Amino acid sequence: MAKRIKVLVGKPGLDGHDRGARVVARALRDAGMEVIYTGIRQTPEQIVATAIQEDVDAVGLSCLSGAHNNLFPKVVNLLREKGAEDILVFGGGIIPDGDIAGLKEAGIKEIFRPGSSTDETIKFITDQVNQ
Amino acid sequence: MTAIIEGMLNGNVRSLAKAITIVENDRPGKKELLKAIFPRTGNAYLIGITGPPGAGKSTLTDKLIALLRQQGKTVGIIAVDPSSPFSGGAILGDRIRMQQHALDDGVFIRSMATRSHLGGLAKTTVDVIHLLDAAGKDVIIVETVGVGQDEVDIVKIAHTTVVVMVPGLGDAVQIAKAGVLEIADVFAVNKADREGAAKLVNELRAMLDMSTGDWKPDIFSTVARDDVGIADLLAGIYQHREYVHGKGLDQVKFKSNVRQELCTYLMDGIIELANSYPDFEQLVDNIYQKEITPLEGAEKLFKKMGVKNNWLTTGGDDAEKN
Ligand SMILES: Nc1nc2c(ncn2[C@@H]2O[C@H](COP(=O)(O)OP(=O)(O)O)[C@@H](O)[C@H]2O)c(=O)[nH]1
Ligand SMILES: [Mg+2]
Repeated sequence: MAKRIKVLVGKPGLDGHDRGARVVARALRDAGMEVIYTGIRQTPEQIVATAIQEDVDAVGLSCLSGAHNNLFPKVVNLLREKGAEDILVFGGGIIPDGDIAGLKEAGIKEIFRPGSSTDETIKFITDQVNQ
Repeated sequence: MTAIIEGMLNGNVRSLAKAITIVENDRPGKKELLKAIFPRTGNAYLIGITGPPGAGKSTLTDKLIALLRQQGKTVGIIAVDPSSPFSGGAILGDRIRMQQHALDDGVFIRSMATRSHLGGLAKTTVDVIHLLDAAGKDVIIVETVGVGQDEVDIVKIAHTTVVVMVPGLGDAVQIAKAGVLEIADVFAVNKADREGAAKLVNELRAMLDMSTGDWKPDIFSTVARDDVGIADLLAGIYQHREYVHGKGLDQVKFKSNVRQELCTYLMDGIIELANSYPDFEQLVDNIYQKEITPLEGAEKLFKKMGVKNNWLTTGGDDAEKN
């Protein structure tokens, strides 16, 4: 039997729109994954502490407020500090083209933008976790 | 494995989290891990919180955690939610209500999907309780979804079971029919800000007054969302704890739980062994074709295992007596 994949879907930052995050959470569940949903307005510290307690395979971050360049790398760095750099981090939301390279350099493995299908996200997580 | 065991016993959060995953996913090392921690179990106070979806169980748990922390107690929480029967996946959202405690070292929260196990718990929830217990949590709260008697295995495990009710889900007669009266040690009528709460409390009280048990469950009105009534509820929970402890019921319960765990492993082992016989499927077919009965099929298998099973030979008679 394949390993049961566990993913945290978190919303760092101050925007209160979690429709996108909920859609992703549901798609991951329907793909057989166990999804920890932490709700809106989480600090990177809260997200990282939760990811560690839940021992997830991956953390998906959604941010629409424009603060992704600050918040996403912070999550990656905090995971590193806690010795949990093996947890995969990916992101989504409204992210300008120009920011993507920098985010990837900071350790965010992939960025999914509005319009990309949830199937892509599912395939990405499955491939990364099983590799 | 030694590092994980040492880590979790010394308060390392990541080690504890990894240990839980090993147990939950039946990973190699599970046996060694459980053996190492088992002598350290049996110290935590186990509270079960159950009730219908949306009743406010997670919100209530959040407020109870805050109060327990004020009292200096460390808390472990296991929040169990059902897996999707279609995909096997799950959305585990109980934590949303408890995130104010995310950075508190004295609080460890873990979500679990039932993974198609019945009774409201995952198959490995009991082992996860052992881990949190051994890791030194003073109080362990297990949140499960459950409405009727068959859905709440937590009752057998928890020292104190809190049943959370809300107005508007039907009258007390329906509640009684679901078997809720028998499983609650303490009632929380949550969403007391809503119409019908006082009526529900009165109806429950009237029903409980007729019960003849040694322990009479108390009823507490709460508005978990607004942190109202939580201190009284916790005091009520602790009153039940005193009762349980005074009568030595916690030890009785612990013993019956380990008996149950032993039986579960035995059952799993026997079924696995039976499944490993090459002609197992043939036997299923024989039963399907009505050539033999399921009882006879089991008998054949036990014979193969070299087990003399008295229940099977007298099974029919016992069943009649029932
Ligand atoms: N009106 C009211 N709503 C509440 C109360 N307690 C919780 N809620 C709300 O009920 C909803 C479900 O709460 P939750 O704790 O997730 O319920 P659970 O499914 O039983 O864990 C949330 O929107 C809460 O804010 C309460 O006392 N009064
Ligand atoms: Mg809940």
